[in-house]
Amino acid sequence: MTDHDREVRIGSLARVEGEGALQVIIKDGRVQQANLQIYEPPRFFEAFLRGRQHTEVADITSRICGICPVAYQTSAWLAVEDACGIDVGAGIQALRRLLYCGEWISSHALHIYLLHIPDFLGYPDAISLSRDHRDVVERGLRLKKSGNAILEMVGGRAIHPVNPRVGGFHRAPTNSELAVLAEQLRHALDDALATVEFVANLDFPEANVAVELLAVHHPDHYAIESGRIRSAGGLDFSSADFPAHVVEHQVPHSTALHATFDGGRYLTGPLARYSINSSQLSPLAREAAAAAGLGPTCRNPFRSIVVRAVEVVYAIDEALRLIAAYVRPDMAAVSTPPRAGIGHGVSEAPRGLLYHRYQLDADGLILAAAIVPPTSQNQAAIEDDLLAAVSANLGLDDAALAHLCERTIRNYDPCISCATHFLDLTVHRQ
Amino acid sequence: MIGIGNSFRRDDGIGPATVATIESLHLPGVSVVVTDGEATRLLDAFAGADLAVVVDAMRGEPPEPGRIHCGHGAPTTGGGNTHGVGVAAAIGLAEALGRAPQRVVLLGAEVENTDIGVGLSDPVLAAIPELRRLILVELGG
Repeated sequence: MTDHDREVRIGSLARVEGEGALQVIIKDGRVQQANLQIYEPPRFFEAFLRGRQHTEVADITSRICGICPVAYQTSAWLAVEDACGIDVGAGIQALRRLLYCGEWISSHALHIYLLHIPDFLGYPDAISLSRDHRDVVERGLRLKKSGNAILEMVGGRAIHPVNPRVGGFHRAPTNSELAVLAEQLRHALDDALATVEFVANLDFPEANVAVELLAVHHPDHYAIESGRIRSAGGLDFSSADFPAHVVEHQVPHSTALHATFDGGRYLTGPLARYSINSSQLSPLAREAAAAAGLGPTCRNPFRSIVVRAVEVVYAIDEALRLIAAYVRPDMAAVSTPPRAGIGHGVSEAPRGLLYHRYQLDADGLILAAAIVPPTSQNQAAIEDDLLAAVSANLGLDDAALAHLCERTIRNYDPCISCATHFLDLTVHRQ
Repeated sequence: MIGIGNSFRRDDGIGPATVATIESLHLPGVSVVVTDGEATRLLDAFAGADLAVVVDAMRGEPPEPGRIHCGHGAPTTGGGNTHGVGVAAAIGLAEALGRAPQRVVLLGAEVENTDIGVGLSDPVLAAIPELRRLILVELGG
């Protein structure tokens, strides 16, 4: 092995959700491969949904992830309701959007403060960060708590919510219950705006992701809980056409499937959402984005922390708007008689576009299920970014290179548990 | 008194089941919380407490369902990965933020079956009286 041949191996990636590793092989001074190795055992959710009743999907799929259960529930009920030809109406939709805002706030606050900020300030973890920047971490914890408060009030509990169901909710909250929540959210909005200001002043390395971007788009608002699919390149299609554009395939080094969009690598998540939908942010969120130096699009993955912070402002602003406009539905749920057919659902999980498809028989039994999580879709684009980052920094020693690779991966907030279909780094310099 | 776990995943419910037996005693100055182990809720549960006794399910290697483990302070984690921020990080964070109780006692019982469903397996159920005795000793001390 010479100076030009190296292998860098990160055996276990820290501060990402789930388990995975990274192997980088450098030969004759050129980066040959950067493989994300996802080694959590595959989770077989698609298989054990088969034979279950269509009404059970919300409770089963919420268990896929403790960080973004609402995303799984949402894409699931959208797909089932699509198969059954059910429209839940504007009232229930608004309540679902409120619930999803809670998940965005909670998930983004966790990633920004406990997983991502330590990278920018040079700390190994949130605990050591807390010793020097107690106020910063306390603000993050308050924000996360406000998101959890929404999940608890609307979803019944913060992790694996039990109140939502196919067709709506078991119980709709009262106006006075939501008024209490609104009071907490008004304080959280100050913390969210302070977060944008804080992260805007971090030091961002230059970087640019050149791949196609894909996000859910809704004509009326910044897409979260429903919509069509739009690419940065200008394609616009319904969730039913997702399988025609996105093809999953296996790679030897990962238990998570990779995916291509019209044959090419692509990215979902905050950068894609913001670049495609930023004009639909609320005035307050747009102003915060502009003050933080974001233009109408953002392709620098290091700045994803700013986009997440802006999305937290939006989610709180939007939650307050939804609460102010809330009229308790007469019926918390609509009936969901089954029918044979295939349904598709897409929503914007905190980490990106999440697609579900179910095939039902006439009695509502699930014959086939397909779930395509955002981290699976993003793996190839993350590997592209890693290749570029390592190629541009070959002069670094292995420890510094390993740290750069970990930062590169954390920019995407990968949820390996969801994707399982994920991280350890090895750099091979040969 | 904090019971961590999910009663709908069989033996993972050992924490909640154990603290329920303490709650029924209505001991003065003792508050009982059941939680999933999520960090911000654990930090809230620590608020204002001199002593926190945390009961959780655990796995041992080699396994011995029902075997009880006892520790003090923040445990070390097994690997560098994280599923959200768990119990160990929550205690570490609480200490760094000056929110940790003066004493944190961790009691773990090894599980046999964590499939979906309710009810504890026999060896895990049989661990409750000893867990309860250990808790009462801590609360008395």
